[in-house]
Amino acid sequence: MIKHLLSIGDLSREDVERILDTAESFREVGTRVIKKVPALRGRTVVNLFYENSTRTRISFELAAKRLSADVINFSTSGSSVAKGESLKDTALTLQAMGADAIVIRHSSSGAPVTLTRWIKGSVINAGDGTHEHPTQALLDLFTIREHFPSFEGLRIAIIGDIRHSRVARSLTFAVSKMGGDVTLVGPPTLIPPEAPGWGAEVSHDVDAVLPKLDVCYMLRVQRERQRQQFFPSVREYSRLFGLSRARVDALPDHALIMHPGPMNRGVEIASDVADLPQSLISDQVANGIAVRMSLLYLMLGGSGPSEEGGLDA
Amino acid sequence: MPRRTLFRGVRLVDPASGQDGVTDVLIEDELVASVGPGSSHGKAEVIDADGLVMAPGLVDLHAHLREPGFEHKETIGTGTRAAAAGGYTAVCAMPNTDPVTDNAAVVAEVRALADKSGACEVLPAGAITKGLEGESLTDIAEMAEAGVKLFTDDGRCVQSSRVMRLALEYAKPFDVIVCQHAQDEALSEGWQMHEGYYSALLGLAGAPSAAETIVVARDLALARLTGGRLHVTHVSAEDSIDLIDRAKREGVRVTADATPHHLTFADEDLVHYDTNLKVNPPLRTPEDRAALRSALAAGTLDAVATDHAPHAPEEKEQEFDQAPPGTTGLETALSAVLTSLVEPGLVSLADAIDRMSTRPARLLGLDDHGGPIAPGRAANIVVFDPAVDRVIDETCFVSMARNSAFIGRRLRGRVLWTLFQGAFTVMEGEPAR
Repeated sequence: MIKHLLSIGDLSREDVERILDTAESFREVGTRVIKKVPALRGRTVVNLFYENSTRTRISFELAAKRLSADVINFSTSGSSVAKGESLKDTALTLQAMGADAIVIRHSSSGAPVTLTRWIKGSVINAGDGTHEHPTQALLDLFTIREHFPSFEGLRIAIIGDIRHSRVARSLTFAVSKMGGDVTLVGPPTLIPPEAPGWGAEVSHDVDAVLPKLDVCYMLRVQRERQRQQFFPSVREYSRLFGLSRARVDALPDHALIMHPGPMNRGVEIASDVADLPQSLISDQVANGIAVRMSLLYLMLGGSGPSEEGGLDA
Repeated sequence: MPRRTLFRGVRLVDPASGQDGVTDVLIEDELVASVGPGSSHGKAEVIDADGLVMAPGLVDLHAHLREPGFEHKETIGTGTRAAAAGGYTAVCAMPNTDPVTDNAAVVAEVRALADKSGACEVLPAGAITKGLEGESLTDIAEMAEAGVKLFTDDGRCVQSSRVMRLALEYAKPFDVIVCQHAQDEALSEGWQMHEGYYSALLGLAGAPSAAETIVVARDLALARLTGGRLHVTHVSAEDSIDLIDRAKREGVRVTADATPHHLTFADEDLVHYDTNLKVNPPLRTPEDRAALRSALAAGTLDAVATDHAPHAPEEKEQEFDQAPPGTTGLETALSAVLTSLVEPGLVSLADAIDRMSTRPARLLGLDDHGGPIAPGRAANIVVFDPAVDRVIDETCFVSMARNSAFIGRRLRGRVLWTLFQGAFTVMEGEPAR
């Protein structure tokens, strides 16, 4: 298994399959009364969050705790970082404390890559700037796999602000890697002109895309982008690209609706659409824990002398 | 008693005289005494220069020496010693210091510092606008009288077409260069790298080539309108070159340079988020790089200029979007040109020396630099081994800074001797004390 997970490109197709397969066995742990296995006992996982993200941090924290790892949450507000400590010095400090894995969320693209220069343990990217969010893509694949036998030929549209979305990048690369077909949908200002180089189709017409989909994946739209004039108004955006009840009717019956959260109900997704049975938004959250357990287990516990407590222990 | 040094059996490459051949060169005190085989040399120290190349000392149109104001990055002392180590005998010091070199008093201060500690000639460049604010012209005449040859708001681009027009127009009687860092600020706001496939992949905000080309097109129109003397520094985009080439053919008074790093690297090299490769303007595509190389060979680009931009380690060892742009360049420029251009046969050695010494010296009106290397001329000279290979690492710099884009790269060529006004500033590859 890989040393660091910085982007989906670090993973082979076989790696992805192994992570998802292993996640299957960990999902069951979450249904037990005692939701814990000793797989990573004595290992230290640091959650280094330079950006607020309650759901991702809690998901990683629960994943590590259910594997019996020691978990340290290092959030930047009120810490040495708030006093001006550099990423390098924070990294050297965590390194000196013997962190086996650092899960980093950062507003700067590439910060996890930079972190690997100073860290001997594993670095896991929990979302960096507008670059990637690989564990989100893995949990999305896991969620999709519960409903479709294979990714081969799977048709997914990712709709919204592709340009600034780390989720869109990771998911596009992940689905393409597994043999699915990705269509990126949004206004031209929010789709990089180079996106076809990612192996994805590009469309600016939601209604033309919907009837062919297996998965309709909506992205959060930040109002900040309107201030920057990427689109003229939230109202117009919502009219052109929002997933309304009428648009859900244009989807095939078997199609799934997904969203990485947090949602803007009434902007990119109508409130009643978010609550439909085919909306898997809560499943995505639940699956996040199992997938992150799988990843931590494979990256930290899958080999090495300290492998005393395996899966079944 | 005069101090005499004879370089015996050296390959003299001197574009100003058109010479390229093996000969002996005798230096006596600050002057070249004789050139030619078997020169009589009485009691001279003899340096066996078999296999080495002698050229006129290199001249840099564009270096940031950081003093006054940013002495934690570089000083005039360390910057000029780095220049000497790279074979330079004259550098043009950019005005984005603190205080900004936007008046004759700061020009005098930079000159005084250079006289005290400089290991090469330092030509202070003056700002085009006060405080680099892009609004009101500096006292260009007064600075020109103080010896300023080149005016630029480098680091910033003069956004106002009106201000740029007036600068080109007003500067005409003083025969100085108005040098533009061409970049449309609105189109490149927040940029981290070239906008293209790799910026989209890496999630880094991009500056499109058009941000440069738009300003180049505008400035060429203004140079046409005014008859002013425009220099476009660190050209990075193929489209800009096409415009400059056409304008030159039409007789517009325009010159241009490119940096060793734009001639060596491309946006694809940023995949590891190496902040030493974050430069301004950004590294563009391999196609742009190929166009720069051809333009340098053809002479559309008149010069290689380093844009030596030293930074402190803690400034560069940051998240990519927080690190300041810039790479050092003075100590690696010659080797980079030898490696990227001369070794593959794209540019002859004589043309490389022309672009790094003779032409920039002429642009700046520096009679003592750029050759010819001939009896009675000031001994501003570099002697280098063109064949030796070395891998650049953090320990090999004379500059205070280590933010070199070339760290880890194998480069060809090494400067062994540099003479500034006849005095050795580099001896046997080491800075002279």
